[in-house]
Amino acid sequence: MVEFMTLRLWSPYLVGAGIGILSWFTFLLSNKPIGCSTAFSRSSGMIEQLITGRSVNNHPYYKQFPAEVDWEWMFVLGIVIGSFISASLSGEFRLRWVPSLWMARFGILIFPRFLVALIGGIILGIGARWAGGCTSGHGISGTLQLAVSSWLAVILFFIGGVITARFIYYGLGG
Amino acid sequence: MLKELHSQKKAQLLLGLVMGVIFGFLLQKGGVAKYDVIMGQLLLKDFTVIKIMLSAIVVGMVGIYLMKGMRMVELHPKPGSVGMTVVGGLIFGVGFALLGYCPGTISAAIGQGNLDALFGGLVGILMGSGIFAHLYPGLEKFLKIGWFGEITIPEYLKVNPWLVIIPISLLIVLFLYIIESVGL
Repeated sequence: MVEFMTLRLWSPYLVGAGIGILSWFTFLLSNKPIGCSTAFSRSSGMIEQLITGRSVNNHPYYKQFPAEVDWEWMFVLGIVIGSFISASLSGEFRLRWVPSLWMARFGILIFPRFLVALIGGIILGIGARWAGGCTSGHGISGTLQLAVSSWLAVILFFIGGVITARFIYYGLGG
Repeated sequence: MLKELHSQKKAQLLLGLVMGVIFGFLLQKGGVAKYDVIMGQLLLKDFTVIKIMLSAIVVGMVGIYLMKGMRMVELHPKPGSVGMTVVGGLIFGVGFALLGYCPGTISAAIGQGNLDALFGGLVGILMGSGIFAHLYPGLEKFLKIGWFGEITIPEYLKVNPWLVIIPISLLIVLFLYIIESVGL
């Protein structure tokens, strides 16, 4: 068992089944689907409140998703901790500036990667709130409930993602 | 249903944290906290992401619908529309490929020490979420175009949910079998 926990990789099917079972418990014990992106939206509202010193909760969007710590916010914090535990157990935890696939294609400079990650993050953040969910909320929780919106959303996530990834890595000729 | 537990705020915050720890642990062990694995999926060279998502969907779906049948859980399908889901989905996809992480996996990437996720992507997602919140009042009409709401596939088809669950599960298993047999 201890050895198993220190493995660097588990079978994707085992991990997937584990996430499926975890979702049974989020519904049963918390009446919540697994989701992540509204936590970022709430955090963004909290940061805006800190900077401006005014409550954002009268704003039409934050009326729906108040800027406060909720179940999902704690869930996202848990992801960081859980991943840290897993990576520490397998000896994989290490500070890395640039991912290796990026490095092989675009070089070791930190700034270009950080700039693209920042721009990508902004677009992703807008898209997640626009579509009302992300790869977790739509891609896993929504699809397993057979929601029409989520099957449509996850197909479009991948269409947009595959086309953009080809363009980034292979250019127009790809 | 465990209504009483659901209404205990502090217990729920703790449960959220514990379940998040398990989710983050699984994502890291699955390798999907890595930019290389996620981009490998979007470049159609590494199918780890799809394998994890589809097996989570089958296992989750069967369990959730069994428990729903026993009135132990209730569903929370998200609303959708063409203006919201199609347009938002495509915007998300573009950001997904530029960033190489999504909101869940970026949290796991931060946990394993990826600094591009922390200083680039996380800052970006927070900014993007804030930008959307401020665009929202002007977008409300657009987001309602082609509205279909919080409907599920069995509700839309007006059939027993198992008539959808069983064929979808079989198709997913078949798809995964094909992926494995061609060596992806």
